[in-house]
Amino acid sequence: MRPGQALTSGDQSWSEISVPANHLAEVVASSARTEGSGQPDASASRRTKRFAGLFGSALEDGSVLLRVALARYGGFEVVSSVVAPRPDGRPGSYEALTPVVPGAAWYEREVADLFGLAPEGHPRIDPLVLPRKKGEDPPRPGWRMPGQDLPIVPDETPLPAHLAGEGVFTLPYGPVRSGVFESVQYLVETPGEDIPHLRARVYHKHRGIEVRFQGLSPADGVLLAERVEGVASVAHATAFSQAVESLSAGEVHVPPAAMLVRVVHAELERVANHLDSTARHTEAAGQAVAYARLTWHKERIMRLRADLCGHRFGRGVVVPGGVAGPPMLAPGPTLGQLATIEADIRADIHLLMATSSFIDRLRGTGVLSPEVASSRGAIGPVGRASGSDEDLRAYRPYGAYRTIQMPAHRYRDSGDALGRQLVRNEEIWGAFEVCRRALEALEGVPADGPWTAPVAPVDGTAWGWVEAPQGELLYLVETEAGRLRRVKPRSASFHNLALFPDVFTGDIFTDFAFIEASFGLSIAGVAN
Amino acid sequence: MPWVTRGLRNGVLTSRYPARPDGYGENWRGGVAVKPSPTRGPDADLPDICPTGAIAGAPHGGPAVDRGKCILCGRCVKERPDLFDFDRSFEVASIARPALVVPPTEETSASLAALREDLARRVRALRRSVHLRHVDAGSDGSEEWEIAALLGPVYDIHRLGIFFTASPRHADLLLVTGAGSAGMAGPLRSTYEAMPDPRIVMAVGTDAISGGIVSPSYATAGGVGGTVPVDVWVPGSPPSPFSVLHGILMAIGRLPMQAASP
Repeated sequence: MRPGQALTSGDQSWSEISVPANHLAEVVASSARTEGSGQPDASASRRTKRFAGLFGSALEDGSVLLRVALARYGGFEVVSSVVAPRPDGRPGSYEALTPVVPGAAWYEREVADLFGLAPEGHPRIDPLVLPRKKGEDPPRPGWRMPGQDLPIVPDETPLPAHLAGEGVFTLPYGPVRSGVFESVQYLVETPGEDIPHLRARVYHKHRGIEVRFQGLSPADGVLLAERVEGVASVAHATAFSQAVESLSAGEVHVPPAAMLVRVVHAELERVANHLDSTARHTEAAGQAVAYARLTWHKERIMRLRADLCGHRFGRGVVVPGGVAGPPMLAPGPTLGQLATIEADIRADIHLLMATSSFIDRLRGTGVLSPEVASSRGAIGPVGRASGSDEDLRAYRPYGAYRTIQMPAHRYRDSGDALGRQLVRNEEIWGAFEVCRRALEALEGVPADGPWTAPVAPVDGTAWGWVEAPQGELLYLVETEAGRLRRVKPRSASFHNLALFPDVFTGDIFTDFAFIEASFGLSIAGVAN
Repeated sequence: MPWVTRGLRNGVLTSRYPARPDGYGENWRGGVAVKPSPTRGPDADLPDICPTGAIAGAPHGGPAVDRGKCILCGRCVKERPDLFDFDRSFEVASIARPALVVPPTEETSASLAALREDLARRVRALRRSVHLRHVDAGSDGSEEWEIAALLGPVYDIHRLGIFFTASPRHADLLLVTGAGSAGMAGPLRSTYEAMPDPRIVMAVGTDAISGGIVSPSYATAGGVGGTVPVDVWVPGSPPSPFSVLHGILMAIGRLPMQAASP
């Protein structure tokens, strides 16, 4: 670990301080933005720090190194602490962050699942990412070596009801749901139509990704990173690669053209994801023509991505040190295709936003108030529809975003599904604009490169971050002897799904599809 | 009302596949192929190229690629263009797991005939109207996009009499994605058992076949084949919508080639 080490491809500044375990909660609470009262304004996120995640790493002596990432304007600060094992060798305990930093609730359940840590004072330490029987000694995969077997017996017992009242019952929705969805279970406590309380169980999809990373070479690691959250492959590969690049001995000069290619693919990925969310809205609202047209536009974006690199999800493009090669389609024809597709999308979204039977279903649905969003640190389009203007591309620019002028985008503060749709609409236009600027800059770049810079990571720890379509994506990468010692991806899906149960205020069953689509999350990124 | 005219604006966008070949799908990488030319001995370093161990020495001396393990990263094509190349065909599904290994051997060709006959007997009742049910058993989320794309206007599987159903009770064909996470083993098994006979299972994607690069892992079973009996295997990471459609048509005996053969 090299605190204060400058990053080369991410941001210039991050710093790390170390505190005793019994002071972790206190230090984090005094630094993190936790004000829950008053109307927060958007610029508050430029003045204050936001809780951005809790990362555990197993140490050889049985203790756990906890790192709390705090996002601030222009960079990240990390507060770390070592939690020593108990005298009998079992993982130790520490004072929970959740009572003072509400956004940490799911993170602390995750470190309890993976490392067996006991956060003292946590309100509800039920299993989250690992299927296990409550009360039993957790299997603690954080201590495992790759390939080592681990008996996992999924816990199918119903959770105790949270609400009591006449006619209130718990409806388990999932993990196998109607339609083509990722597996997740929502436990809906309801008197029949309203949804007064909802909980999510995500462990069905847990794949043990973090342990799988251990011992891989960075070149293999990026292939796994692309599959952590498949719909955001480019974002994950870029965040991972930026972390590895910053660990290299000497400065890695990623070729500027390679950084532009990363931007082109990242922005097309954003358009595809936002179109997917919009199409799911129209499907839920029964807008058959709009649904057909939006899925057609999305298919055209996927085909354009395949024309550029041979893969519909942009896999294989981003590698540590740069990109695999020049785009297979020249910037000129790509710009032409983009202009055609954008014109069609604009016409259809314009009509959609004038279709009252569509707007009526989104307005006032699934409200995440700016107060809750601020206190829990909502990120990505969800946060930007609830009063935050935070976008890593502008706040903590990385790669080619440091040179490409980002179009000014507006945030919203209505916090409902309509607000999230409006934010996504503008992000689609912004993505096309950024894509265009990157492609124009790529015109005339010789195809023979270079497209990669040599990368040889030294032992150490580094962070990588990008603004994925779902929001802020963080990667913690530790290397040892040129191999990955530990990789912890923290997707925006994990951070924002924790907020999902909080938006069901006055909503009914038929609103569910809209609220879920408007969050635009991938469960694969939650359960890892 | 404006949507009515908007719906007509661009004419018919739908592919004619399988009645006619669709050239577009051939732009995409369907699988890795072994070039036939070299007659050299086994190459000791060759298997190390592949991050998922899909490359092995074949009995006849040259290399063999197991598409059921291949995640199409393209490293072998880049490092040994003399031996490997991308196969541009999206028709990569197979009804036998060993037949995913290229180049094929004579043994697998013989066992395929028996499997094909058995499958044809089971699907005879559901040739013109087929209902699909999808279950995610630990996917990375991309397979769901590609399956859902089949409902869009470009692929539009309704034109072929193929529909998605919410209930496994109505389902004839089960599409399973993902590496077989421990948490989904029970729900997957229950879904399969809730289906009426005849029931066909398709493993969609390299993750569902072998776990891909996600496995080995303490939380996955290295594919779904150990949890439910798989009839059709569709490799790809993820397989393109055309590959999934080809697999579905193969499962129900509706490929033009199959219809022609007795």
